[in-house]
Amino acid sequence: MWNSPAEFFAMGGYALYVWGSFGVCALVLLLEPLVVRARFKAIVHILKQEKLAEQFDREGSQ
Amino acid sequence: MNQENNSAFSNSRLINWFKLSSPSTFYPVAGKLIPVFWVLAAGFGLTGLWISFFVAPVDAVQGQGYRIIFIHVPASWMSMFIYLVMAAWAGLSLIFNTRLSAMMAQALAPVGAWMAFLSLWTGALWGKPMWGTWWVWDARLTSELILLFLYLGFMALQASIDNRRRADKAGAILALVGVVNVPIIYFSVKWWNTLHQGASVSLTKAPAMAQTMLWGMLLMALCFWMYSIAVGLMRVRAIILEREAHTDWVRQLSEVKI
Amino acid sequence: MRALLAMIHRDLLLVMRRKSEVLTALFFFVVVTSLFPLGIGADAALLRKIAPGVIWVAALLSTLLGLHRMFAADYQDGALEQLVLSPQSMVLLVTGKIIAHWIVCGLPLVLLAPVIGIQFDLDAGSLSVLMSTLLLGTPVLSLLGSIGAALTLGVRGGSVLMSLLILPLYIPVLIFGAGAVYANSVGLDTSGHFSLLGAILILALAFVPWVSAAAVKIAIE
Repeated sequence: MWNSPAEFFAMGGYALYVWGSFGVCALVLLLEPLVVRARFKAIVHILKQEKLAEQFDREGSQ
Repeated sequence: MNQENNSAFSNSRLINWFKLSSPSTFYPVAGKLIPVFWVLAAGFGLTGLWISFFVAPVDAVQGQGYRIIFIHVPASWMSMFIYLVMAAWAGLSLIFNTRLSAMMAQALAPVGAWMAFLSLWTGALWGKPMWGTWWVWDARLTSELILLFLYLGFMALQASIDNRRRADKAGAILALVGVVNVPIIYFSVKWWNTLHQGASVSLTKAPAMAQTMLWGMLLMALCFWMYSIAVGLMRVRAIILEREAHTDWVRQLSEVKI
Repeated sequence: MRALLAMIHRDLLLVMRRKSEVLTALFFFVVVTSLFPLGIGADAALLRKIAPGVIWVAALLSTLLGLHRMFAADYQDGALEQLVLSPQSMVLLVTGKIIAHWIVCGLPLVLLAPVIGIQFDLDAGSLSVLMSTLLLGTPVLSLLGSIGAALTLGVRGGSVLMSLLILPLYIPVLIFGAGAVYANSVGLDTSGHFSLLGAILILALAFVPWVSAAAVKIAIE
């Protein structure tokens, strides 16, 4: 269908629009899970800190 | 003996569903399901992209530019579908007073909002070469914009109420009111202006486009669907941890082991 | 029924004691509509064309301005909690509040609109259609607005958030209301617009009081 990679990237003159669409879509679909993962790690970090704090409290009061 | 076994089996299945509605049992199940949906998303996505770029022929009128349809239409479908699912979870949380259903609604809202955004973005990029302007006030795009506002309103309302249970219930009411209004809004916007090409994919009449294009769109739609479930489950796990932070089962989790 | 009338009477009495609040919302309506010719230019033909949309949008915004008054004052001094706890049906009381709000905010808009319409050089036919659509539409604005007001009770930045939540819901009313005036001005049939406006009003009357009452109860908990 495509005679050369150059033709594929040119998209018949519509390169800006086609790749602008697919590009932003890929960006969103990649960044969103990363952001969610960061959120998950943040809460796990907080929970770990709380556990450490409790442990220190327990050891301190012994 | 047989009957006893049967009723025991069905009883345990009944119990299983409601057990799943507790955050502590759902959390590990979700964790195991997430990779499955990522694999499905990747599979559907790769085949969909293959068809979009290497199988579907050039359009007679719109040239190569029409290929945007393979993202635009799936994103639109998903944005509307996710709103329905989100409202359904919100409704369940109101009826059964379950926290997890509300958390699912909360987890799905951003995904749906991004889908609406992608639909608008790709719509603009499709419209510019085809109709000459970045934005056209036609029924579909305008309704999509309003849907984005509905998503943002839902998220804003939940974010601004400190009491989680009140936020859940208020959000649920808003989502249900929204879901009832979406058809009304869509109908009124369509009444107001019909520029967009008529729905070329419908369940009742034959599609007005090549079979390959249809397949491309359906596969990409499935890809977005699997993606939405995967990201939704990821987010709901984070939300569960945030909201159930002071329960015993969270403290015992292996992730939190120091 | 008596509870309904009592509620309306009470809310109207409270408003009468602070008339300035009501008048400021109406002033807003007049000022905003005057801004458009100032911003766009005084071309009579153009003004006639944009008049229905401008007046309707200004009506939406003015209604939004007055909505917080529906529940906020009672919420802050505890009266709302007493109303929820009272033996009267909350749905009835909320309906009373909505009717009072419409009398104070919506009805004056209906009466003022022809004056504004004349500023935009609308003819008598257009003016009567404008008044009729506003008459059918402003109750819906009060009804839908009550949901937003109840959901955002006591929330930080509640008024702006409320506007964000309600304005998308107002869009069908805006489309059919302003559309009717425009259709009439170009000689098209407006019966469809009016039937749809009527249908929306009936639907809203049937369901919204229950939704708002539920939202108020959620805010009180």
